[in-house]
Amino acid sequence: MENTKTLIYDGSFNGFLTAVFIAFEEKINVSDIQRNSHGQNGLFSETETIFTDVHKAKRVWNGIRNKSHNAISNVYFAFLSETDGIELMLFTYIQKLMASKNGKQLDYSDGIVLRISQLARSVGREKHRMEAFVRFQLTKDEIYFANIEPDFDVLPLISKHFRNRYADQQWLIYDVKRKYGIHYNLEHVELVSLNLKEVHFNKVHKSDAFLSEEYDYQTLWNDYFKSTNIKSRINRKLHTQHVPKRYWKYLSEKKETA
Amino acid sequence: MNFDRIQEKLNILADAAKYDVSCASSGSNRTNTNKGLGDASKMGICHSYTEDGRCVSLLKILLTNHCIFDCAYCVTRKSNDVKRAAFKIQEVVDLTINFYRRNYIEGLFLSSGIFKNADYTMERLIAVAKKLREEENFNGYIHLKSIPDTSDELMYEAGLYADRLSVNIEVPTISGLKLLAPDKKHEDFTKPMLKVKNELLRFKNERKIIKSTPKYAPAGQSTQMIVGATGETDKDIMYSATYYYKKYHMKRVYYSGYVPVAEDSRLPSIGSQVPMLRENRLYQTDWLLRFYGFAVNEILDKEHPNLDIDVDPKLSWALRNMHHFPVDVNTADKRMLARIPGLGMRSVEKIVNARRFRKLNWDHLKKIGVALNRAKYFMVCDSRNWERRDLDAEKIKGMILQTSSGKFRSQYSNQLALFN
Ligand code: SF4
Repeated sequence: MENTKTLIYDGSFNGFLTAVFIAFEEKINVSDIQRNSHGQNGLFSETETIFTDVHKAKRVWNGIRNKSHNAISNVYFAFLSETDGIELMLFTYIQKLMASKNGKQLDYSDGIVLRISQLARSVGREKHRMEAFVRFQLTKDEIYFANIEPDFDVLPLISKHFRNRYADQQWLIYDVKRKYGIHYNLEHVELVSLNLKEVHFNKVHKSDAFLSEEYDYQTLWNDYFKSTNIKSRINRKLHTQHVPKRYWKYLSEKKETA
Repeated sequence: MNFDRIQEKLNILADAAKYDVSCASSGSNRTNTNKGLGDASKMGICHSYTEDGRCVSLLKILLTNHCIFDCAYCVTRKSNDVKRAAFKIQEVVDLTINFYRRNYIEGLFLSSGIFKNADYTMERLIAVAKKLREEENFNGYIHLKSIPDTSDELMYEAGLYADRLSVNIEVPTISGLKLLAPDKKHEDFTKPMLKVKNELLRFKNERKIIKSTPKYAPAGQSTQMIVGATGETDKDIMYSATYYYKKYHMKRVYYSGYVPVAEDSRLPSIGSQVPMLRENRLYQTDWLLRFYGFAVNEILDKEHPNLDIDVDPKLSWALRNMHHFPVDVNTADKRMLARIPGLGMRSVEKIVNARRFRKLNWDHLKKIGVALNRAKYFMVCDSRNWERRDLDAEKIKGMILQTSSGKFRSQYSNQLALFN
């Protein structure tokens, strides 16, 4: 068991890729890859702290991408799932991918490949859901503001979508669970960490952070939502399958029900 | 903004528009330009779902529910005693923009009752779209419902601003149309459709030579048929749908189970069941025709003028064509794999991918995520035990219904992924 190590990285995706680079380069027998906040090192293996190196990360990124476009997005998406032990799974996945002749033909009957693609799919699904379920509220400083609380860390994935779509308005999407947000200032998108005193649920009570006109539009939307329903076709099961209850508290059309 | 007045109008005019089932906001290629608002490229987004389980992606409203006509199946018809309202052009623009900015919607679906005549009404619909595009620099999705009998010039103009155009044929047979919409002629529908089709073709050709040719209805055209208002068979409906797909290059045909909105001796009475399961079967059939390589006469013909209610159309086809089965998943071509009941296109892709590495057996198939409860009766793989043994079609049907009836009987909506 020579050179068996646990690699410790800073929790960022680039940090993780740097760890992969170093593991490959130094032919390390990796027993685990852990984020530094985790602090649960294996009892018997040595640890090595990895310093994020964008250049090295990039080389791994390109290496995977050259094998398969599908694989690189699987890796990134699955990483953002924040699943316990995801790093080691991804490391194994990347090893398999690099060893394969043709990375385009992923073998779905392999357990790890399947697991990674499932995780990536779950994250992808939530990415789409967030693109759908973000509800902006116009603040008095003319920023369209939204709270979200996704299961996975999808903010990095939805940034481009919102930038393409809302190029002429300032907006801020804030992840309540992870306590950071993305802000578009009419030029580009920046990460912001905020500590909000008040989380803006779509509660009936009004906040003076927003224009009163904001509540008029919420009411109109809420009404609209009700009048499009066809009573003789009601199917609540299908409804909650599409709009899971855990998202309701941020949906203006669900104001009374949430 | 006079909020109370807008609120009242919105309630009336959204309520009247909800029976139009098309809600798609996908298939356009309008990207955000000049740092404007919105983006209607690639796939559409359902921002919410109604309590009846349908997707909400567009602000779907009528410009007005005043109408000079009296189509029996329509809430807006002149003889119906309902509150009437009409939006001003600017009001629709403001609502659309403000809903869009808050990420409630992908865009606007604007339809209308007919005031005065077709062209007068259509001009107003176009005016809304034009304002959105030119004054608001709006690049979101716009679907305009064309008014039957609109002139060619206006159909041309509409396509310059809209992503999608549609004329709803509503009644699938000409005799049914005469009965229920005596004010309208068949040509009133087909003429605008033909114009749109021709413009789309012309755009495609000119685009090859002149890159800057202005976009014309980039998401194409669609139409809707009401199901169960007159006595037509599923065969009538699907043959007519196939005709519209071919002849007018429809992107989509929608099927809308008739919701009784009036007491009228020509129609099912108020309170009768909306034929949702039938509607779902039609969508499944449509899907098979568009993506699974089925021809309409394989599924519906003189002897089988109606779709089975208890099993989906693919299973029903397979049970009638047992001589094609079992299919060997390790060797069959994609076309045949796609015909195995229970196998969706995604599973087909996965099988083709995975079988490059090894011969697949039941365990592999399960791991890949193939739903075997139906499929297993119709396939063989690299395992000895073949579930079908010497079962005949009747027995297989019985066994499948026993194990899965609860599941797919409760799933009525057309919004579901159909054949997972
Ligand atoms: S013309 Fe259109 S709006 Fe008027 S009654 Fe007929 S279907 Fe309804």
